[in-house]
Amino acid sequence: MTQTAPTKPEMGEEPEDRPAAPGPSAGPAGSPKQDATFSGLALAASLVILVVLAGVALFLCLQAWPVVGAPADEFYGGEGFLSYIWPLVAGTLIAAAIALVIATPIGVGVALYISHYAPRRLAKPVGYVIDLLAAIPSIIFGAWGASVLAPRVVPLYDWLAQYLGFLPIFAGPASATGKTILTASVVLGIMILPIITSMSREIFQQTPVLQQEAALGLGATRWEMVRMTVFPFARAGIISSVMLGLGRALGETMAVTLVLSGGPFNPSLIQSGNQTVASEIALNFPEAYGFRMNELIAAGLVLFLITLVVNMLARLIVNRYKEFSGANS
Amino acid sequence: MSTATFKKSSLVSGQAPRWLPVAVGAGALILGAALAALVGFGIALWAVFAGVLFVLAGPAAVGAIEGRRKGVDAFARYLVYGAFLLALIPLVSVVWTVLSRGLPGLDLNMLLTSMGGVTGATDNAAAAGETPVYGGAYHAIVGTLVVTFWATLMSVPVGLLTAIFLVEYSGGRVSGAIARIITFLVDVMTGIPSIVAGLFAAALFVQIFDDPSMRMGFIASVALSVLMIPTVVRNAEEMLRIVPNELREASYALGVRKWRTITKVVIPTAISGISSGVTLAIARVIGETAPILVTAGFVTTINANAFSGWMTTLPTYIYYQIITPTSPTNPGISEGRAWSAALILIVIVMVLNLIARLIAKVFAPKTGR
Repeated sequence: MTQTAPTKPEMGEEPEDRPAAPGPSAGPAGSPKQDATFSGLALAASLVILVVLAGVALFLCLQAWPVVGAPADEFYGGEGFLSYIWPLVAGTLIAAAIALVIATPIGVGVALYISHYAPRRLAKPVGYVIDLLAAIPSIIFGAWGASVLAPRVVPLYDWLAQYLGFLPIFAGPASATGKTILTASVVLGIMILPIITSMSREIFQQTPVLQQEAALGLGATRWEMVRMTVFPFARAGIISSVMLGLGRALGETMAVTLVLSGGPFNPSLIQSGNQTVASEIALNFPEAYGFRMNELIAAGLVLFLITLVVNMLARLIVNRYKEFSGANS
Repeated sequence: MSTATFKKSSLVSGQAPRWLPVAVGAGALILGAALAALVGFGIALWAVFAGVLFVLAGPAAVGAIEGRRKGVDAFARYLVYGAFLLALIPLVSVVWTVLSRGLPGLDLNMLLTSMGGVTGATDNAAAAGETPVYGGAYHAIVGTLVVTFWATLMSVPVGLLTAIFLVEYSGGRVSGAIARIITFLVDVMTGIPSIVAGLFAAALFVQIFDDPSMRMGFIASVALSVLMIPTVVRNAEEMLRIVPNELREASYALGVRKWRTITKVVIPTAISGISSGVTLAIARVIGETAPILVTAGFVTTINANAFSGWMTTLPTYIYYQIITPTSPTNPGISEGRAWSAALILIVIVMVLNLIARLIAKVFAPKTGR
């Protein structure tokens, strides 16, 4: 964000402004009644947020309610809600976990590059460029992943299946289109990279300069300085940025919908199969009616609860370390 | 490494020569090519091998000359630079793909006509070269603007007033507690998955109208504003907080009431930051697909009324052109439309981002110097 702090405001500005700006009915200074109205309005607006969040939970619950106690054969797949939802949840968690494994080291590395390694003149434009990555809509990442990335990774998957095929996660034969959960995870990783980078960067830059200079003055190399001063200071920030990235990866829809050719649960990451909750909803909701719709909304409720827990944990970590580290973001 | 070309100086003795990275890089390129040739040559494979060799051999050489600690330092440096270069690859690839595939199909037809009347037969004729490619994204552009407009209209007042409450009215004990809760909820709201926001809006209107197939543009706007409000609140809050207290106190001292101070002094001071924050929030939601998919339906004709009838936006247009091509036998035509629409969408988002930066810069309050 842009920090435009007006440092030295002109004190004499206000009285000159006053005659030009009287309200329609009240005097220029306003009346106590208007004051109360305005503060009430502000309070009401913030209560709207409370109501909206409660509404999200309430209406999802209301529409998901028919699922409770419905006979097992009414569900998609015919074996009850649990056996319908667990492969989806498993797929969601697998995709998000792989995305994190990919994005965390690279994201922290890029943040470190911007804050401590890049030439000073380059650091700001590089930050903009990474923010651009965040601005690209997810549907475009999805289309890119499906038509550019997926065909390119097929040889790699063949290789994995050939040499590491004894591991269940790389069991062959590999998908010929490359539209697997591993590809979807890579796209997810690219999408959460800017989140991890921008948050980590902000915290890295707040590391006390004195500590860094002290470390360098004692003869530490730059990496030793980073390890001794920057990382301990930013640990909570890195963790919470990763958690926020996780929240995004869990809920991301279109990238998975377009990239993954889904199916039932499949432990092999390089075959088609698996599906995430968000993608299942997006694929089926437009044509859903009746009980199927309730079922999908119930799946959405499950997703909501998972991301809620992850995000709350992230915020709690930040808030707990805020006072010590100044990492408020 | 036997003949040093630079003048020996005691200050740089024992340091790795400056040309070392270049030499290691050249070596890595050659060796990488050899290794890649062994497995089956490919540019990508070559790049991967050369990159890995470079990152391993460079620090090893530095370590051999300058000692272990310097070697580890060089290794970390190479990795950090490598991470940055790696992150650039997808960005460049995405932008290149959208430009190269979207530009050819981007013409007035694309911008100014809808998909009404365009059938598989039309596309087949176009693929055979008999007719130009008909059909465009005009209805989707209109839909995007209408849906985003209503979402903005709902989110900005709520978001701005909430930010005002959090910054200006959270002094008391009760209101302070409320403010803490609201701040926490806003944080939580930031993390709502977009598809869940869409489901919420859909569930809400199904409940209200008691019609399970209730779809219209306004429902999508409600879903988008759920996603937009937290962004607006956080941005506006940040901007209001950096308005100096002296300004407020000067206003109070002149007998101006609090609400008048806020509307006439605080907000005008922070307006550049607030409006650039709002623009960024719009840029964020304008590309959302999932919530629109479950709330607004999909049509091929122009509908500018958010309160009746289904509506298409650019992201759902892209999605359906890819998933269900107009002509299943010639999906390339639909894909071309999808990429052109993607280009339009990216341009809109980038322009919004630029506008946000411009607003922040041009209308920044005078600092009195």
